[in-house]
Amino acid sequence: MAKIDIKINGKGYSETIDDNILLVDFLREKIGLTGTHVGCDTSQCGACVVHVDGDSVKSCTTLAMQVNGKDITTIEGLSEGDNLHPIQKAFQNNHALQCGFCTPGLVMSAVDLLQKNKNPSEDEIREWFEGHICRCTGYKNIIKAVQEAIA
Amino acid sequence: MYNFKFHKVDNIQDAVAILSTSEDPKILSGGHTLIPTLKQRLSQPTDVIDISNIDDLKSIKNNGNKITIDALCTHSQVAKSIDVTTEIVGLASMASQIGDPQVRHRGTIGGSIANADPAADYPAAVLALDAQINTSSNSYNSDDFFVDMFETAINSDEIITSIDFKIPKKSIYKKFRNPASGYAMAGVFVAIFDNGIRVAITGASIKAFRLHDLEKKLENNFSVDVLKEFNVDTTNYNSDIHASAKYRGNLVKVLLEEAVAELV
Repeated sequence: MAKIDIKINGKGYSETIDDNILLVDFLREKIGLTGTHVGCDTSQCGACVVHVDGDSVKSCTTLAMQVNGKDITTIEGLSEGDNLHPIQKAFQNNHALQCGFCTPGLVMSAVDLLQKNKNPSEDEIREWFEGHICRCTGYKNIIKAVQEAIA
Repeated sequence: MYNFKFHKVDNIQDAVAILSTSEDPKILSGGHTLIPTLKQRLSQPTDVIDISNIDDLKSIKNNGNKITIDALCTHSQVAKSIDVTTEIVGLASMASQIGDPQVRHRGTIGGSIANADPAADYPAAVLALDAQINTSSNSYNSDDFFVDMFETAINSDEIITSIDFKIPKKSIYKKFRNPASGYAMAGVFVAIFDNGIRVAITGASIKAFRLHDLEKKLENNFSVDVLKEFNVDTTNYNSDIHASAKYRGNLVKVLLEEAVAELV
């Protein structure tokens, strides 16, 4: 067992955890933040993307202990009460989700894209989402949503 | 995943000390190869030593005739570095083609080179840019470094600390990605130096290697015509579920033609 001190969505947590627990399992099972999903569990699908110190990363391929002391943002940390984050709002406006399983990861990646590149081209958006899979194949509206969020 | 003891260190001496005294330790940096390996139970270390907090292994320096990249630099950092994008275009381009953006935020150059995956991209850059690999206690020339599949020349108590890449006049990396994994089905790195040309191939065989005969031919006549007449020897090429040796040989030839055409 190991001791972790971590900030998640602005709130500090101090927990005792297994040395080998993945960040995504820690978030879901220990902290109860189930918005971050486990899809493929092999860093291919992107359903598990969260931010670590501002960078979008795949939490299924990160040990919780690796990010001890870091600042984590999950999908639950984006909205302010009932006020959705502009990316969430754009996903809603453009029907950029069907089943919704891949959505939390895509939203987190989109937020990271726009904080690094204020005006990405369609190609740059598509390239940024290379590590995401939407099994409903709703990519077109996902791209539209990001484009609306830029505008 | 099997259980293990997790260690976090903030200096290389502590990492080496744990590495030397543990039963079956593994070094963890970005974890984007090791963690999938642990999940699949292909590896069962007793101790995992996380070196990602060693802050003095995270910078990129331009030393005039070479660029020194510390082992903990992420692929994203290498791809965006002003020094790398201006001085070694092929290396920056190569780093930007690894995995996907989220993977590139975690995966590190030191981890990739230490792992020596036969389909990884960095080994081609190491060979073509005549890199020197520096470890906690030694340094290695590129041509002596990759020994076999997933096997390098470093000893079990050594940790890669930095890599010195020679700055070429021109360089390029061309890769044919596996559509699912993004790994190189074949990748070619061509670098032009004042004193010669270096051509390295990854993804095609058990380890990255140079094409010495082609290098000599290109030194005499740097043109696509040389490639047209060049026969790729696929004797030691891999055949697997992704591609036959013959297919990989053809990929190498096509990629080399494209690379040379762009550098002429």
